[in-house]
Amino acid sequence: MNASELAGRVRTGETRAVDVLEQHLRAIEECDGELHAFLTVLGDTARSEAREIDRRLGAGEDPGPLAGVPVAVKDNLCTRGVPTTCASRILEGWLPPYDATVVKRLRGAGAVVVGKTNLDEFAMGSSTENSAFGPTRNPHDPRRVPGGSSGGSAAAVAAGLVPIALGSDTGGSIRQPAALCGVVGLKPTYGTVSRYGLVAFASSLDQVGPFARTVADAATLFDVISGHDPLDSTSLERPNPLALARLEEGVDGMRVGVVVELLDGADASVVKRVHEAAEALAAAGANVEECSVPEVSYALPAYYLLAPAEASSNLARYDGVRYGLRVDASSAEAMNGATRAVGFGPEVKRRIMLGTYVLSAGYYDAYYGQAQKVRTLIIRAFARAYEQADVLLGATTPTTAFELGSKVDDPLAMYLSDVCTVPTNLAGHPAITVPFGVDDLALPVGVQLLAPALGETSMFQAAAVIEGAAPAGALPQICAPTIGAGPTSTRGER
Amino acid sequence: MNEHGSARSERLTREDAAYVARLARVDLTEDELDLYAGQLAAVLDHAAQVAAIATSGVEPTAHTLPLRNVLRDDVVRPSLEREEVLAQAPRAEDGRFWVPRILGESP
Amino acid sequence: MSVEAWEPVVGLEVHCELKTATKLFCGCRNAFGDEPNTNICPVCLGLPGSLPVLNVKAVELAMFIGNALHCEIRPSLFHRKNYFYPDMPKDYQISQYDEPINVNGWLELPDGQRVGIVRAHMEEDTGKTSHMGGGGRIHDADHALVDYNRAGVPLVEIVSAPDIRSAAQARRYVEELRAILMAIRASDGRMEEGSLRVDANVSVRAGRTDELGTRCEVKNLNSLRSLARAIEHETERQVSLLEAGEPVLQQTRHWDEQAQKTVALRSKEEAFDYRYFPEPDLVLVAPGPDWQYQVALCLPPMPAERRAKLTELLGAGGPTAAQVDQVATVVALGLDTLVVEAASSGIEVPLALARTANEAAADADRAREVDRAAYGTLLRMEQEGMLTPTQAKAVLADLFENGGHPADIARRKGFEALGAGTVVAAVADVVSAHPEEWARYCQGEDKLVGFFTGLVMQATDKKANGKEVAAELRRLRG
Ligand SMILES: [Mg+2]
Ligand SMILES: [Zn+2]
Repeated sequence: MNASELAGRVRTGETRAVDVLEQHLRAIEECDGELHAFLTVLGDTARSEAREIDRRLGAGEDPGPLAGVPVAVKDNLCTRGVPTTCASRILEGWLPPYDATVVKRLRGAGAVVVGKTNLDEFAMGSSTENSAFGPTRNPHDPRRVPGGSSGGSAAAVAAGLVPIALGSDTGGSIRQPAALCGVVGLKPTYGTVSRYGLVAFASSLDQVGPFARTVADAATLFDVISGHDPLDSTSLERPNPLALARLEEGVDGMRVGVVVELLDGADASVVKRVHEAAEALAAAGANVEECSVPEVSYALPAYYLLAPAEASSNLARYDGVRYGLRVDASSAEAMNGATRAVGFGPEVKRRIMLGTYVLSAGYYDAYYGQAQKVRTLIIRAFARAYEQADVLLGATTPTTAFELGSKVDDPLAMYLSDVCTVPTNLAGHPAITVPFGVDDLALPVGVQLLAPALGETSMFQAAAVIEGAAPAGALPQICAPTIGAGPTSTRGER
Repeated sequence: MNEHGSARSERLTREDAAYVARLARVDLTEDELDLYAGQLAAVLDHAAQVAAIATSGVEPTAHTLPLRNVLRDDVVRPSLEREEVLAQAPRAEDGRFWVPRILGESP
Repeated sequence: MSVEAWEPVVGLEVHCELKTATKLFCGCRNAFGDEPNTNICPVCLGLPGSLPVLNVKAVELAMFIGNALHCEIRPSLFHRKNYFYPDMPKDYQISQYDEPINVNGWLELPDGQRVGIVRAHMEEDTGKTSHMGGGGRIHDADHALVDYNRAGVPLVEIVSAPDIRSAAQARRYVEELRAILMAIRASDGRMEEGSLRVDANVSVRAGRTDELGTRCEVKNLNSLRSLARAIEHETERQVSLLEAGEPVLQQTRHWDEQAQKTVALRSKEEAFDYRYFPEPDLVLVAPGPDWQYQVALCLPPMPAERRAKLTELLGAGGPTAAQVDQVATVVALGLDTLVVEAASSGIEVPLALARTANEAAADADRAREVDRAAYGTLLRMEQEGMLTPTQAKAVLADLFENGGHPADIARRKGFEALGAGTVVAAVADVVSAHPEEWARYCQGEDKLVGFFTGLVMQATDKKANGKEVAAELRRLRG
């Protein structure tokens, strides 16, 4: 059952929040052993939150649009008194003394936080294999990766363990796993969702966003978490109108550009699905044309200079002094070095090394400075494209889910799985992935819609049309039996 | 400027990797240094595409937002409880964070 | 060759802690001396996920400083300065790098000499490290304890041009800068508490050349005295190296207060590679013309202007050398309005200036808060002979400490004015009791005035006015 239906039943008193929660906790218990989507499952605190929702409903209050909806939160979002590890040994056991703004907003809308989901360590990766606590599996095929870095959230939603979840997207970390797991994933416009309490990877690119099984749920969750936060200097005013309110307005007359560079090098089955989605939009009245944004191909190399540079600085604070892991040594300097050697995994070390290198004396202009200029060129290129189109369409990922272990020894090959998602992070623009059928192996395919800054409303409208036209998906091999209908079969009924 | 920067090499050497590891304060084994030197060189080769793009006269983008002067009033807000904070510290003493002796002066 | 043939070339970097209510990027209290780690939050402790939000008051004070130092105020950007140190919670410092808020200004010393100001930029302070064991010194310490109350306190770093040519001039520069910072209420000026911290870049050159020598940066200058001593010592050290034909190496050096010498900390080769890059968590700070105009309008009178005002009040004769010093002291401590207000209510300026430069200056913090009417009343009581100078000083000390009305304080202390004729009678008694001394005084031994005055004071329980006693002695001598 999706989030809006659950909230509806709880708000009308048809179901109690505590019962909804117990159902989901049971599902997690049954499935997560194999899936490993969760790093922490919250029993008691979630139960008391659910009881409070029921109490408020009993007292005639409205807890909000997500009343009693269980939600999973990526484990790089701070939760007060609840472990927040970023899937890293260096933060193992750390209990933050504060909640992330988005977590407060979830609770403010009546949601019940049921657990913290697995990720690539510090959100660095595209497969969730870089978790210090073991990989998450793709519910559609446990031999395959769920994508990453928000693989735990994507898998949990796909498997029906929770109807909605939060992830973070720095170079595609929401959209790529959403596509690989067959769910909806949104990277909002940079600044629309507060980053306060999101453990930073690359600050100028990071953005928190929703996972859901329907576009409407994604819109609802986006409406809940977006809006100005005085604790984040890069925060924008609440988007108006809200996404959900305009969701059903259709795409009649909307200009859609299919970006050839976002299909370059993608699997034929993926390209085919993108063209089908384009046809569906055209059939619904959109003016669909092919377009070219050649600068998109600059994005990945620029990203792999900018993101590690910011990361190398953001991750300096894990030095063993104030919180988290400490490896004892005879001096503070030696303690720092030993702690970081033991606490960080190989991918994090690789990116810290790369980022430190490109910022170091003598290299800044050639690498970091140049990448920032290229970023300007990419923004200009998108601006030109949006003179001709209201939204852009392309693949989310070049391939469907790949096998565990197949890319871990080749960082560059792994980085290439972000080639279609990274450009919007550099531009600060929103993008959404919508499940659109399966490939020959019955693995989910996602199609990606892009919009200019603050263009979420039209993007969601187009996403709803694509969702309505999507071919039947496949039932995940791992899915929650107690919740009944799996996510993709719900779509198949349309 | 550090002397290191002036001797720019096309390939990232093992010495470069060692210098960077020191700057980043991560103790790496000899094997790790070799591994990362090779992998970083591969990523930097890929990034060389970026270096080839003509950007003269192009302003760098540090922020994608058109925001400026985002400011906060000078009003005191509650601080954290010291005990809650120090409970997370690897070691604390006398209300302060305990660290092994520091070899270098602050820059 | 002698030291005189060489000239030190000095540029100063002054870190000024801004007197805001809260820290630069969070709402924690900006206070000195609180219990360790009680003014800390996720932001100033650099906890994962926390983000900085800039304090408007800090920007305003930085603009005041820019205005007072005749700087150009520009759109500015924060950068991250990356280095590891336990007192720095994020292991980077948020600081303005190549786009500081204030550039290209100058400061005029009391003697008219101008020192260029290269920049005055905003940045955050670090926490405080205490080296434990081994006498509290870093090299033989056993471990260290860190308090983050100071982490994130707003600083403005004021970088002068290398225009300073002597230790004395460096001292005058810091004194004048301190007076300016206090005038605009950016700083409390307490060097001993670290509110103002000075680093000196020192090189030397032979008197006639324009070429600059290799410079050393000297740190840990915690007082004006150590600043001057360190520059003198460093100049001597560099001169003796050069005279011995050895090069001066570019180094960071530490002023060892106990040994009264500078010692090498690290060489240029060991310089830090700070990997500056624009702080992505903060946006551009670009005060518009309206805001800049408001700040310029609110700028209070500067010390130079205030010194001129006091000098003018002293009148046509011009100030004595002692009064020049008194004027400087009074203005530096921000006590000049006491003098100006007293003068406008008819108190003689030299008296008001002397009491303010001596007694008020000795208790400057309280004197700044003193009830102005009470201060004026006290000066008037002294001026009209109701209190002797000695009594006036005693009442003043009490007034600063406890407040109240000067007449009440005087009464409580038993300082009621002596009736007419009391001094005359007491002088007569003393003179008749010491005929020998009186004869010598009459023969011209003037210093015996002190002898007689002392006895009269004893006889009158210190209530006599010294001037009156001297006048009576002169009158008797005829
Ligand atoms: Mg500085
Ligand atoms: Zn704070």
